[in-house]
Amino acid sequence: MNKTPLYQKHLDLKAKMVDFSGWEMPLSYGSQLEEHMAVRSKAGIFDVSHMAVFSLSGNNVEKYLSYICANNVAKIKDKNKALYGTILNHEGGILDDLIVYSCEGKYWIVSNCGTRDKNTQWFNEQAKKFSVTVELLKDFCIIALQGPQANDLVTEIVQTDSPTQLSAFEVMGFNDGLIARTGYTGEDGFEFIVPSVIGTNIWDKALAMGITPVGLAARDTLRLEAGLNLYGNDMDESVHPFESGLGWTVDMSDPDRDFIGKEALEKIDQHSCKKLTGVLLTERGVLRPGYQLKSADGEGIILSGSFSPVLQKSIGLARVDRAMKDNAVVIIREKELSVDLVSSRFLKQDKIIT
Amino acid sequence: MSEIPGDLKFLSSHEWARIEDDGTVTVGISDHAQDLLGDIVFVELPEVGKTVAAEGEAAIVESVKAASDVYSPLSGEIIAVNDSLEASPEIINDSPYDDGWFFKIKPDNLDELADLLDAESYADTCED
Repeated sequence: MNKTPLYQKHLDLKAKMVDFSGWEMPLSYGSQLEEHMAVRSKAGIFDVSHMAVFSLSGNNVEKYLSYICANNVAKIKDKNKALYGTILNHEGGILDDLIVYSCEGKYWIVSNCGTRDKNTQWFNEQAKKFSVTVELLKDFCIIALQGPQANDLVTEIVQTDSPTQLSAFEVMGFNDGLIARTGYTGEDGFEFIVPSVIGTNIWDKALAMGITPVGLAARDTLRLEAGLNLYGNDMDESVHPFESGLGWTVDMSDPDRDFIGKEALEKIDQHSCKKLTGVLLTERGVLRPGYQLKSADGEGIILSGSFSPVLQKSIGLARVDRAMKDNAVVIIREKELSVDLVSSRFLKQDKIIT
Repeated sequence: MSEIPGDLKFLSSHEWARIEDDGTVTVGISDHAQDLLGDIVFVELPEVGKTVAAEGEAAIVESVKAASDVYSPLSGEIIAVNDSLEASPEIINDSPYDDGWFFKIKPDNLDELADLLDAESYADTCED
């Protein structure tokens, strides 16, 4: 089993550990609900070093990224910025979602844990044509500091107030790594992508300051409340971005830019394909992946489902027929329960009454 | 793991049964079970008057991360359910052996108790 550089620290904190795609990771340090609410009300710190960090080099890195990413890295060229998007196969299926970082003239990629081997192979295969070198970094940490107090806490943690100057999705170099104003919780915050020794110091400092450590269980409910897709649950190679709520990350504005999957995407009618929607269970119960949805307008399936600690109701993401709207029923243990189809930004709408 | 009350009998699927002085049986899930499930957010309790079979499905408990069936340790008739769990299912996490009980049954046949595990045997099954 793979372990992050902070593995022993999790054991010392008596975390409940879990096998996540071959990595032994902290699921929770006690109550996942308390960890969740700490991030929503104050701040929490996460070890997400199981995710894959790649560093890219070579003269044609921008051309390379422009070709493998459905989003256009020209948006972050010569800027210290991060860009979220997908990589697609030639059929337009989603190979992974990832963030590309442009930082002080250098490019980095952070992609999912479960796709590490697949991506390494894919990146290297595509890189041959561009004389680009893609290196999967070892002995690196990704630590996330997330929550409304993150901005007030970051200066003490990293001993510089420079991160507080960053806007959302801006990046700065830091100790052979970088700090980005990004995250996976829907809150303000930072991600530190740094060599292990630096990451360990950041973790220790945050814990000493009393910041709540947060495990993967709360990370999942936080991202779900924020309407952020999880690769493997909400999308995979069998679906394209337009039916995954990720059309906004596909940049077809430059007719001269070719990218892998573009030709396939151009043939898709975005007005008739399925869509991703938020789902709110209006009755007691919990939505789970695989549950069927139906209404007079069509049908669908729950992809991610759990309990929203903030709304105190069950929420989910579902892929449904595009005509479906407003209301439907979900089948739970052979019973039909009512759901509302809502924006997947569950915490940012008026419709949900808490 | 915390102390398992010695007067309880268990199914290996983590339900406990307590024989009350009036001959009825109270049922809940073990401390180990609530720990495995994590934060509990929903329970579906049986209707009073329903009959349940030994090791038959009787209730459902859902935590943030998973749904799980709750089986009845004995066959009998449901005579009471713990309604307070519907509004505050976290009671099961806080007090699995007391306030977090699920339902009470009037048992058909107390001889079925012989098929259940005592606290020590149950603790052994949890160590795997």
